[in-house]
Amino acid sequence: MVVKGIIKQGEYYDSVTLMLVARDATKIEGVEDAAVVMGTDQNKSILETSGILLDMFKDTIDSDLLIAVKAKDEKTAEEAFEKIDKLLKEKRAKTQEAGEYMPKSLEGALEFMPDANMVIISVAGKYAGDEAMKALQNGLHVMLFSDNVSIQKEIELKKYARNNGLLVMGPDCGTAIINGAPLCFANVVNKGKIGIVAASGTGLQEVSSVITNEGAGISQAIGTGGRDVKKDVGGIMFIEGMKALEEDPETNYIVLVSKPPHPEVLEKVAKLIKSEIRKPVVGIFLGGDPEVVKSAGAIPANTLEEAGLIAASLAKGKSLDDFKKLLEEREKEVTELAERESKNKKESQKYVRGLYTGGTLCDEAMLLSRRIIGEVYGNAPLNPEFKLKDSWISQENTFVDLGEDEFTVGRPHPMIDFTLRNKKILEEVKDPSVAVILLDVVLGYGSNMQPGDELAPVIKQAKEIAEKDGRNITFVSSITGTDKDPQDRKKVKKQLEEAGSIVMPSNAAAAKLASYIVKNLGGAR
Amino acid sequence: MRKISDLFKQELKAINIGLVSFKESLDDVGVKVIQVDWRPPAGGDEQVMDALKKLLG
Repeated sequence: MVVKGIIKQGEYYDSVTLMLVARDATKIEGVEDAAVVMGTDQNKSILETSGILLDMFKDTIDSDLLIAVKAKDEKTAEEAFEKIDKLLKEKRAKTQEAGEYMPKSLEGALEFMPDANMVIISVAGKYAGDEAMKALQNGLHVMLFSDNVSIQKEIELKKYARNNGLLVMGPDCGTAIINGAPLCFANVVNKGKIGIVAASGTGLQEVSSVITNEGAGISQAIGTGGRDVKKDVGGIMFIEGMKALEEDPETNYIVLVSKPPHPEVLEKVAKLIKSEIRKPVVGIFLGGDPEVVKSAGAIPANTLEEAGLIAASLAKGKSLDDFKKLLEEREKEVTELAERESKNKKESQKYVRGLYTGGTLCDEAMLLSRRIIGEVYGNAPLNPEFKLKDSWISQENTFVDLGEDEFTVGRPHPMIDFTLRNKKILEEVKDPSVAVILLDVVLGYGSNMQPGDELAPVIKQAKEIAEKDGRNITFVSSITGTDKDPQDRKKVKKQLEEAGSIVMPSNAAAAKLASYIVKNLGGAR
Repeated sequence: MRKISDLFKQELKAINIGLVSFKESLDDVGVKVIQVDWRPPAGGDEQVMDALKKLLG
């Protein structure tokens, strides 16, 4: 094994580009590890942890591009360098294609596009706040994807925006749909009459996808970032977003998506609904009391799926009773499937392993499962007493959020890069106590573009491993997305089903099915 | 006085500062977008670490 390195001075690429290039390099036969990073101290410490911090890197600075490859021999390492070089050149050519003008600053961009109305910011948090303020001062709305923006800065930005009739979506806002355009991590949805305000990115994706899959559509979906509904920010943008949807003639229904807001924020929301909002409001505050939503004057939903179904029913002119009937049918389907899947298990098989890429989806699944099978273990469990000692080692019923820090250092988010979860799937099936593996697949822009191609063969392989040992493992998946997404939900569903997974219509339905199977097998607490 | 809801009546035209993939997805759906060739102001860079911490989560 050899470790070789190259330094390229003054070459700057964004972090996602670099991580994807590194990932492609590790696919070369004989390459054990590859890193392509800017030479910051933090990156160097990641290289050190991975055992590939070469002496030559020690005096590099932030603007140096570092490439390290660990391979079986020199020839393979050279091959990897060549591939990395080629990929970087391709990326650069793509961004500069057809002589597309690339201004160096926001001001330069405005000279070129004076009627721009939205700025999307995803640079490092310490720079992002200033860029956002610059955009607001130029009268532009802001989608602030970056995190690590201070709470003080967030409040300053949002107060300025409120006073000037502008949107600030974020910081840490992963997704929004404005005038039909999917921003950052969003799905391609139907155009329609339902407006969404969400303080949770994957929550917004799940609700807007369910609505689209039911044949209804979205007018606007405004993200606020999770901190907006906490006490300090006080729901500034959540409230402004609701007002904007009330004023919008293209919006007939409003859906609110969030973890439970701070009581003071909730009070403001309730007051607004009672005094100013005339359109029907559906609310899902994950983990909160539905009665509270009701007392605020909104129609409460128990799950993200329910919120989407209620809104879609209303938009299609159906009554709430119709919706209840639909819900009962779906529940019946779930219990019947659970019955079937409980029959072919060995006595040792009792537990579920939920391997999640979406944080909100993992939370929702744990909330639903807790009602059916009691507390579950995890790296971010609902009950702190059930925190895994080692996030990598599951026990009994376990739900892990693979998007948490301990899993993502040094690699792309698991919604983009399936390598880690695929490895975990193959480990979990070896445990004789496992009966069900529960998975989320999130489609849309920004996510993995070939989820079916990358996940289906692993499910198949995992089932074969268990079968050799005389065990049948039930795979339950949900797909957050639509048939219009670049990945195509229908196609991915077919691929997963052919590989042997049950594909449920929503994350909630998948979590319920998995939990009922566990309950039938005696794996509940 | 300008209102947020005015935005909903306009054609969306975006300026993207940061991850190029966000520009590409807007190109893909036919939204006008311009990419800023952004660099850290003082040559400093915490971007990779930030993105690793959260990268879309």
